[in-house]
Amino acid sequence: MSPGMLHFVQLVVTGLVIGSVYSLVALGFVLIYKATSVLNFAQGEFVLVGAYICLDLIMRFQISFVWAFFLTMVFSVILGLLVERLTLRPLIGEPIITVIMVTIGLATVLKSIVTLFWGTQIKVFPPIFPQKPLNYQGIVVSQVYLWTLGFALLFMAIFALFFKYSRAGIAMRATAADQQASQSMGISVKKIFAISWCISAVVSAVGGILIGNINGINITLADFGLKVFPAVILGGLDSIVGAIIGGLTIGILENLMGGYLDIYFGGGVKEVAPFVVLVVILMIKPYGLFGTAEIERV
Amino acid sequence: MPTGLFHTTYEDDEKIFHTLWVKIWMGGLIFFLFAGLPFVASPLSSFFGFSVQHMANMIGIFIIGAHGLNLLTGCTGQISLGHGAFMGVGAFTSAILFMKAGWPFWFSLPAAGLVTAGVGMIFGIPSLRLRGLYLAIATMAAQFIIDYAMRNWTSLTGGSGGLNVDRPSIFGFALDTDLRYYYLILVVVILSTIFLKNLLRTKTGRAMVAIRDRYLSAEIMGVNLFKYRLLAFGISSFYVGVAGGLFAHYNLVVSDEHFTMWLSIQYLAMVIIGGLGHVLGGIFGTIFMVLLPELLRIPTEVLSNTYPNIFAIFGTLRELVFGLVIILFLIFEPDGLAARWHTIRAYWKLWPFSY
Repeated sequence: MSPGMLHFVQLVVTGLVIGSVYSLVALGFVLIYKATSVLNFAQGEFVLVGAYICLDLIMRFQISFVWAFFLTMVFSVILGLLVERLTLRPLIGEPIITVIMVTIGLATVLKSIVTLFWGTQIKVFPPIFPQKPLNYQGIVVSQVYLWTLGFALLFMAIFALFFKYSRAGIAMRATAADQQASQSMGISVKKIFAISWCISAVVSAVGGILIGNINGINITLADFGLKVFPAVILGGLDSIVGAIIGGLTIGILENLMGGYLDIYFGGGVKEVAPFVVLVVILMIKPYGLFGTAEIERV
Repeated sequence: MPTGLFHTTYEDDEKIFHTLWVKIWMGGLIFFLFAGLPFVASPLSSFFGFSVQHMANMIGIFIIGAHGLNLLTGCTGQISLGHGAFMGVGAFTSAILFMKAGWPFWFSLPAAGLVTAGVGMIFGIPSLRLRGLYLAIATMAAQFIIDYAMRNWTSLTGGSGGLNVDRPSIFGFALDTDLRYYYLILVVVILSTIFLKNLLRTKTGRAMVAIRDRYLSAEIMGVNLFKYRLLAFGISSFYVGVAGGLFAHYNLVVSDEHFTMWLSIQYLAMVIIGGLGHVLGGIFGTIFMVLLPELLRIPTEVLSNTYPNIFAIFGTLRELVFGLVIILFLIFEPDGLAARWHTIRAYWKLWPFSY
């Protein structure tokens, strides 16, 4: 392969891996939006909290990674429940801006709690996956990346099956489609709301742990959560398939734009490119690739 | 003695000052702000341990911005998470025109407003097709894009170091102290408040409120949604741009650090805590939000005896309290301070016969 081509493929592969984590977090985001019509601006903080809890369990309590992972999941479930019960449930029926603002307030609170406990220094996960990079025809991929991609895809598959076949998953889809109808069929909508927040917190925590293994974690990991916005807008706010494809696309796109445009704009294109894409999508196709267009009848 | 306020004509209903007493109180307040505050500022400063004059200036600047956001979010129902960055646009415009192009302050400040209005309207275009949720995301993207431009367009904005700005002078009168600058801010605050209050009484203002309450009905009634939404974005950004211009010349240095997402969130918190859609709300909310960190300092100092390293985490504690305040306000006082003010006032007006 020519060097230019190699560079391109390398960028795509890296983007794909980061994108798979975006997809995972975006999945959590869309889940909450679908079930409860809440835009969760604290999604990034779920990522942050999950990653720090897992790291702390490993480093301070010397628990093996597998157990730390499971305990983090348990913790995330509790976090999701608490958040839903304490802040979102009192606001059911309030205007959109109130609900958006409360998640922003929540983000601030979670972020400052993390800072109080763990500081702002960057922390590195102990190596969990094998370190030796793989070399395939000149494309170098470290094994962490492959594991991340694998895990992200695994979790997405698990949740896809969950929504398709499990009782709770079907109930969640029903609630998303029509709250009143599902309530009259005996589905407890409140319970569904709580489950949505739990699952969302869990997938975000998984995303946080995966990305922490690649880059290490510090407080800016919360900004990661903001990157799900371009992903979900591209895919359509209320589409789970859209979230997954949107996440992957944004990951690849930002990496390519960063790789090729950084020299012209003095660095950091990666951080802003997804948002430029976002604005463009909103202007030409506001409901994304797979979102339901809202049709208003008077 | 009247037992309440009863309007018998529309003119009566639309008055800004419904009774003579309100007018007198308002006159007294403005007189105090012009003549009284400078005198009580220094004794109060030594009492509270922070510069009251500086706080008054900051409150004034942010009230202008909060009025702008209140017009957009409170009165037209369009959520903006980009007002922090829009303020930055205003600050940089005024700074560049004043320092690099040598424009007089009289021109650079309105120009800051106009440029910001233009930028705001560009990002407001999606508002035609999008509802609240999407708009919040679009303006958040605006925040990040403008933030990036401010940081990386080094030839224009000075990059991370920022730009140094001088205090201006008006008609040979140098606004070189906090007190002198205070009068400039005060005049702009009063003008912007009057304009906002009057705007809401006009056809334009009523159209905006109609859009907020039910935009489909408004459109059926003949309100041009796109025009008024864009207009709201424009006026709102103009306000916040002027606030940015005033901030630039007051702070003496502008850099991207001042205009982050955090500022946008603070602006939203100001109008929500103050009371969405109330002119008073922007004022109350701003006073509350600007004073909150300073007032937090007092318990922190008390606690510092027992926990000596509390100052190291003061910034974080401030954010924690800030977040909690937002959440608690939204849950327990969703209508904001202005609504509370109206209930208290109504209670005392009719006291002791409140029924």
